[in-house]
Amino acid sequence: MTLKLSDLTLLLPDYPQPDPRGRFGRFGGRYVPETLIPALDELEEAYRNAKKDPSFLNELDRLLREFVGRPSPLYLAQRLTDYAGGAKIYLKREDFNYTGAHKINNCLAQGLLAVRMGKKRVVAETGAGQHGVASATAAALLGLDCVVYMGAEDIRRQELNVFRMKLLGAEVREVTSGTKTLKDATNEAIRDWVTNVRDTFYILGSVVGPHPYPAMVRDFQSIIGEETKVQLEALEGRQAPDAIVACVGGGSNAIGIFAPYAYLPAHQRPRLIGTEAAGEGVHTGKHAASVAGGRVGVLHGSLMYLLNDDEGQIVPPHSISAGLDYPGIGPEHCFYSETGLAEYVPVTDAQALEALSLLTRLEGILPALESAHAIYHAVELARELGPDGIIVVNLSGRGDKDVSEVMRLLDLEKLNTEKHDAHVAVAEKVEVIA
Amino acid sequence: MTAVSQTRGAARIHAAFAEAQAQGRAAFIPFMTAGYPSAAEFPAVADALLSRADLLEVGIPYSDPLGDGPTIQRASEKALDGGTSTRRTLQLVADLRVRHDKPIVIMTYVNPIYAVGPREFMRLAQAAGVDGLILPDLPPDQDIEIAALAEEYGLAVTFLIAPTSTPARVRLVAEACTGFLYAVSVTGVTGTREGAALNEVPAMLALARQFAHVPIAVGFGVKDAATASQVAQQADGVVVGSAFINAVRDGQDVGALAAEIAEGCRKL
Repeated sequence: MTLKLSDLTLLLPDYPQPDPRGRFGRFGGRYVPETLIPALDELEEAYRNAKKDPSFLNELDRLLREFVGRPSPLYLAQRLTDYAGGAKIYLKREDFNYTGAHKINNCLAQGLLAVRMGKKRVVAETGAGQHGVASATAAALLGLDCVVYMGAEDIRRQELNVFRMKLLGAEVREVTSGTKTLKDATNEAIRDWVTNVRDTFYILGSVVGPHPYPAMVRDFQSIIGEETKVQLEALEGRQAPDAIVACVGGGSNAIGIFAPYAYLPAHQRPRLIGTEAAGEGVHTGKHAASVAGGRVGVLHGSLMYLLNDDEGQIVPPHSISAGLDYPGIGPEHCFYSETGLAEYVPVTDAQALEALSLLTRLEGILPALESAHAIYHAVELARELGPDGIIVVNLSGRGDKDVSEVMRLLDLEKLNTEKHDAHVAVAEKVEVIA
Repeated sequence: MTAVSQTRGAARIHAAFAEAQAQGRAAFIPFMTAGYPSAAEFPAVADALLSRADLLEVGIPYSDPLGDGPTIQRASEKALDGGTSTRRTLQLVADLRVRHDKPIVIMTYVNPIYAVGPREFMRLAQAAGVDGLILPDLPPDQDIEIAALAEEYGLAVTFLIAPTSTPARVRLVAEACTGFLYAVSVTGVTGTREGAALNEVPAMLALARQFAHVPIAVGFGVKDAATASQVAQQADGVVVGSAFINAVRDGQDVGALAAEIAEGCRKL
């Protein structure tokens, strides 16, 4: 059976996880103030109905095609493949999506759900700003009031996205508590939701948070993997590559491309590899690698791998990429990791910067710093798999938003001999094959 | 109200409510973040509160207290900066136990319990003389292990209901409580409010009374004798938190404020 993209209507598949209590194995759940439990029940019910309602699915499908520009291409990165000297590397181009990243898939879907539930106001949290921009965009399109919470540190790093959100009519509320980054923005968004729960919809940006968010966001992002199956079939005559690589902060782009493959029988399942932000190195403590360097705990309503100390205080994460700078990882990823359905590997800031330079120079594609983590590992993996292999990398977003930060970092590097040398080495490698 | 659970902590908590009731008062339950404003100054603040309290609620400072407003969050940050965390909090309670016999309950988010290990946490809490736990981000159907372990170590458990709670939720939460039932007066986080609207409290309490076999206390937004009095006419207990944090921060006489609010808890 060969599916064509033109036949692919929106699929929101039923996966075997989570269980009815919202658990992926032991992970997930609903660790939230009691005030929110009825709202989560209401959301779960509304989502369950929407998922079966053709009018909802058709409207979402129409917006994904006509507004977002789906399907996103599956692109053979030939020069990157040649450079790596091994398996073919395909890029699933979520950077083509309107607003610049996969986040818009989920925001439009949740926005439609908010309208369906009769809510007039939405709140969202954002780190890198991609989810904030996508939420503000969906709110503008659907006529909803929108408040986006963003850490003061991230506001500094992502000035352009802040302005975009304001242009779109959203109110951006600066969060100055805690580490002034994504985790604190999430705390504030949840507090707002607790306070205004009766008329407010919380558009959560990743596969984290209390049930049903991790399952719902996964379903909305699974279009990435569903499209990949069809596109790879057309290009290579098979739906599953040998490996799929995607970056993981909370983990929504990764789940989106993993989930349609994850529950296949073992012999049909590609290796699924999530790249975690290792920052300055997992051993340094300055990282955001929750699987490699965390332990089981509870944050933002969910039991998951978490960076926290031996008394349960959350350890501030560090990553060059604001979008990966989160101390936890979605509960379904924790389940994948514990059961071996997927592997999680750390990639450092320096490696991500190197990969960003590499992809830009070789393919003319400036990836988001988040996605650059996946590119780095894909190059390593291509060599390991050899020329018969096929790798799909989820290129979750484009790097426009990161330009000023990258400029700052590369300038700084000139003052840092060691890092400068590393960068020159990359540039020279690029020169050699250019 | 019939006493069902009889752990040591539950018995002591129920006795404190009964004693207040006998004196024509709602139980007065002040809250203070452990280690605030500093580990050295906390004992004196706690002494001042305990001189008027029927029960004392001590909060374990936590980095991400998403059920709390800015007042308690800032107090937590300050306490953490001063080195007060989970084990240190329990030590501070143990120190209070030397001087005081009133029930002391710990308010904690669940993550510190997981980090220490649920059984180890309960063991330490029991050894410190803690009588019960208040768990703001743990709906009772999420993790029955915590409640079971608490009971094993003689600690009473308090869960929360809110104005948004459906009758089915109120029943589930009320039946799970072994210490007292904590009714949140407003949809929102902790903190004093201008013109705090307590108009949702009567309906919530009427519902809760149908199911609760433990005393019911009301908290969130109770900031002075007047609001305490309003709540005291309806509830078995009154919880006041952020107002005391603010008083400590502003260098006010905490004992005097406690006396004033305790007086407000008299049933008319």
